[in-house]
Amino acid sequence: MIVTRAQKTGFSLYAGLVLLVFYFPVFCIIVASLSKKRFFSFPYATSDMTLKWYADAASSAQVHDFVGVSLRIAAATAAASVAIGFFSALAYARYRWRGRQTFQRLVLLPLFFPQSVLGLALLMWFNFLDVTTAWWTAAIAHTVWIAPITTLIISIQAYGLDESLEEAARDMGASRWQILRKITFPLLLPGMITATCFAVLLSWGNFALSLFTTGADSALPEWLYARMTSGYQPMVPAVGVLNVILAVLLVLALFSVVHWSNRKARAARPAAH
Amino acid sequence: MNAAAPQPPPEPAAAKKPARELAPALLGLLSASPFGLLMLFGFVAPLLCVVWFGFMPPKTFSLLQAPTLENYRTIFDQTYFKSILWSLGLAGGTVLVLLVICYPLAFAMAKIFRGGAAFVTYAIATSLFVSENIRLFGWVIGFMKKGVVGGTLAAWFDLQIDSLLYNVPVIILGMVYVYLPFMLFPLVLGLKMVPDQVREAAFDLGASRWQVFRRVDLPLSMPGVLIGSLLVFVLSVGAISEAKILGGQKVVTIAADIESEFTYAQNWPLGSAISTLFIALTTVVVFFALGRFDLEKLLGKKPSE
Repeated sequence: MIVTRAQKTGFSLYAGLVLLVFYFPVFCIIVASLSKKRFFSFPYATSDMTLKWYADAASSAQVHDFVGVSLRIAAATAAASVAIGFFSALAYARYRWRGRQTFQRLVLLPLFFPQSVLGLALLMWFNFLDVTTAWWTAAIAHTVWIAPITTLIISIQAYGLDESLEEAARDMGASRWQILRKITFPLLLPGMITATCFAVLLSWGNFALSLFTTGADSALPEWLYARMTSGYQPMVPAVGVLNVILAVLLVLALFSVVHWSNRKARAARPAAH
Repeated sequence: MNAAAPQPPPEPAAAKKPARELAPALLGLLSASPFGLLMLFGFVAPLLCVVWFGFMPPKTFSLLQAPTLENYRTIFDQTYFKSILWSLGLAGGTVLVLLVICYPLAFAMAKIFRGGAAFVTYAIATSLFVSENIRLFGWVIGFMKKGVVGGTLAAWFDLQIDSLLYNVPVIILGMVYVYLPFMLFPLVLGLKMVPDQVREAAFDLGASRWQVFRRVDLPLSMPGVLIGSLLVFVLSVGAISEAKILGGQKVVTIAADIESEFTYAQNWPLGSAISTLFIALTTVVVFFALGRFDLEKLLGKKPSE
C-alpha cells in the first residue's frame, strides 16, 4: 500500500497520544510510590522523594505471603493449562474430526463469560462438593479461564504445522506416541512457551476469579484491592510498580521467544521465500 | 473440509486404509477430552449449580430443598432492573467509545506502520498482565483531589479543581482503559484481512475515502469488529472493579449487586437467581453474535503482509 508521509506522521502522532494516555496511570503510580508523605499530594518537593516504600514492600512478611500464594496459583495454572492446551490445540487445529467446529466454539465460551460470575459459580460448586477453598481451588478457577487462551495460542502454531512431517514419520513406521513426542511436541514448543508466559501473567494479574475462590489464602491483587478501597498505604503503589516491572520483564522474555522462533522458522524454510 | 483431507496413502498401505480413516476422528476426540473434562467439571457443573441454587428458598445454603420461584419474584419486585440497565448502558458506551478510539489505531497498525506496529502491540499487551486494580488505582491517584492532574493545574495555572472521580464518565474511562486491548487486537486482525488490492482498486475507480471505508474496509474487517465488540461488551458488562474503584457508590452495576448478595447480604439463592438472569442475557448476546462469523477465518488465515 502506498503511504504518504503526512498519513504516516498523523497516525504516528495519534498512536503516540493513545500510548501516552494509556501509560498515564502507570506514571501516576510511580510518582505516588516515590512520595515520602503518608498521604499523597502532588506536586511534592524532590527532597520528599524516597525509596523507603520499596524497601518496606520487599521486607514485608505480609507481601511475601501474598506473592507466594499468587506464584503458586500461577505455576499450577500454567502447568495445567499448557498441558491441556497442547492436546486441545491439536483437536482445534490439526486433526479433522466430526465435532471440531462445535469444539472450536466451545473453547471460546469461558472467554466470553463474565469472570466474576464464573468465580461465584465455582465458589458455590466447591461449597456444594464440600471442598474448602484455598489457593489450589483458585488454580482450578484460573485454569478454566486460561486453558482456552493457551489452546488458542498453541492452535496458531498448530495451524502452521507441516502435516507432511508427521506423515513421513508415520510412513517410516513411527508409532502415534513417537510421532507426538518426536515431531509434534518439538514443533509446537515455541507456541507452548508463549502460552506458558501468557498463562503465568494472566493468572498473576487476575482478580475477579481469585476474589471468590482463594478462600483463606489471599492473592496479591486481592490484597491490593482491599488496600485501595479502604485503608490506603503508601506501600500499595510501590508493590504496584514492582508488579508492572515484573510484567514488563516477562513480556520482554516473551518477545525474545517469539523473535527467536520466527527466526528459526525462517531459517528452516529458506526455499519458501 | 473434506476436500483438504490428506491424500490416501499409496498401494502398500491400502490394506490398512479403513483403520487410518477412523484414526483422525478418534484422535480428535481423544485430544479434546482433557479440555472437555475440565469444562464439564469447572464450567458446566458450576453453572448448573448456580441455576439450581436460584430456585432455593431465600437465605439458605443447602441445595437440597424444594425449589421455589420466590427469588425471581423478588428480583422483579425490586429495583434490580436498574442495575441491569446500568451495566448494559456502561458496557454499550464502552464498546462505542472503544470502536471510535481503536479503529484508526488498528488501521495504522495493520496498514501503515511497519516496525512501529510491533512496538505498539507490545506496549499495549504489557498492560494486560498488570492487575487491572493497579492500573485503575493509577487513575485514582491521577484524578483525586490534589492528585497528579489537580496538583499540576493548581501549581502551573493556579486553577483549583475538585476531585474528578466518582461520576459516570470516569467509570466509562476506566472500562475503556482496561478493555482497550480486547478491542484493538481483534480490530488489527480484522483489518489485516482487508486486501490492499481491493482498496487500491476502489480508489482507482474514483471512490472517496469515506466510500472506501464504508464499502471496503468496514465490511471486510467486520469479523474483527464483531469479535472485539463482543469481547469488550461481555467483559465490561460483568466488570466489578471499575465502578467500585473509580465510581465510588455512584453507580451500582449488576456484578456489584450479585457480589453483595453473596457477601454482605448472605443471600446466596437471590444472588444465584440474579446471576442466572445475567448469564442468560450474556449467552443470548454471545450466541447471536457467534453464529454470525467463522472464527477459523480469523485465526487460520495468514495475515497479509
